[in-house]
Amino acid sequence: MEHWRDQAIVLGARSHGENGAVLSVLTEHNGRHAGYVRGARSSKMRGILERGNLLSVDWNARVSDNLGSYNVEPISNLAANVLDDPLRLSALVAACRICDEALPEREGHAGLFHGMLAMLEALESEGWAIVYVMWEVALLRELGFSLDLSRCAGGGDDTDLAYVSPKTGKAVSAAEGEPYKDRLLPLPDFLNTHKDGGGDAADILKGLKLTGYFFEHWVFAHHTRGIPEDRLRFQERFAKTVEDSKHAVAS
Amino acid sequence: MDQLIKSLASLPGLGPRSARRIALQLLTNKDKMLAPLVDSLAKARDEIVMCDECGNLDAANPCRICQNPERTGTVFCVIEDVADLWAIERTSAFKGQYHVLGGVLSALDGIGPDDLAIGPLLERLQKYNPSEIILALSATVDGQTTAHYLTDKIRDLGITANITRLAHGVPVGGELDYLDDSTITTALKSRSSVS
Repeated sequence: MEHWRDQAIVLGARSHGENGAVLSVLTEHNGRHAGYVRGARSSKMRGILERGNLLSVDWNARVSDNLGSYNVEPISNLAANVLDDPLRLSALVAACRICDEALPEREGHAGLFHGMLAMLEALESEGWAIVYVMWEVALLRELGFSLDLSRCAGGGDDTDLAYVSPKTGKAVSAAEGEPYKDRLLPLPDFLNTHKDGGGDAADILKGLKLTGYFFEHWVFAHHTRGIPEDRLRFQERFAKTVEDSKHAVAS
Repeated sequence: MDQLIKSLASLPGLGPRSARRIALQLLTNKDKMLAPLVDSLAKARDEIVMCDECGNLDAANPCRICQNPERTGTVFCVIEDVADLWAIERTSAFKGQYHVLGGVLSALDGIGPDDLAIGPLLERLQKYNPSEIILALSATVDGQTTAHYLTDKIRDLGITANITRLAHGVPVGGELDYLDDSTITTALKSRSSVS
């Protein structure tokens, strides 16, 4: 018999049979890992298996290659804290979906787990959107698609970075990028290591567009379904919030 | 016999063993149990239809709720499925119109906006121009994601109705000690003044 116990963040639960579900979680030591949960659709279990919740899981299987089954105990119901907030809820759903689709199965990475947990816990704070974008930048790095935002790829002034090359993921200074600015992605100020400040809603939207571009063209380029719809919906909703706040200020 | 057992076993809550017991019970009491059941099933198949207006199941189309002149069209209640409609109707606490969505958005299960009755809902809202829209959807991530999506769509159409949702929190007769953490968290967030 194979058995382990670990902490886990719920990424999704797909109904299986009448009462069960196949649960996908991001664990601290065993990476993204699926398993069957009996009685997952009972009134007691449904609230526990919501995306973003932190659980203690016991995984058992006859052999390690099997799907196996989980016994779960709730640790923290993080999803309940953001149910009423459309933007925060969208961010939580997008993060869980990206992890569920992009991470390789059964490859343990404690850093990824703790990074995701910190991001989910930060969803209740004021600066949650900045934390979310930084988490996506870190996730891209862990998936092997590192963005170099510290120096100019064109040999220009490192203290004047303004763009990111969509081909290489490297920063470009304002002067070097000027002739190609229509083809470059804008670098948000809060991701610029040589600048203080930034981080307003418009700046965060630039960050979401930046990471969204690389998820779409690098991470999910060869996925048949492309970038998860939940991630696109989150970016759309954020863009709409920025537009609405602009109109409110103008009027 | 096998076909009967197979059909019964495919119903929710029944397995092959219970299906065999039911089949045996029906066949040994043909006059008392099987004949009335066959009649009821045939009648249901022939007469019960989905309401074109709200998505309810009824012998009339539009259903009796949609046709009832005493039910106001100024309050709309949006629900996931017919079982939720029946649950609210049992309380007799709501006297407005319903709209059954047919589920909630769930990317995991491949349910997108086009799979739900969102278009007909928006058409009805434009037609009736209600003063309040109650989004009575589950207090789950998918349920609330759907509620937020609907709110955006309704506002995009310029409908200015008050959009509300059901309260989340302590159930009647519930003791705090036995409630799960998320229910207590949402109950604390949704607390109201007693005076």
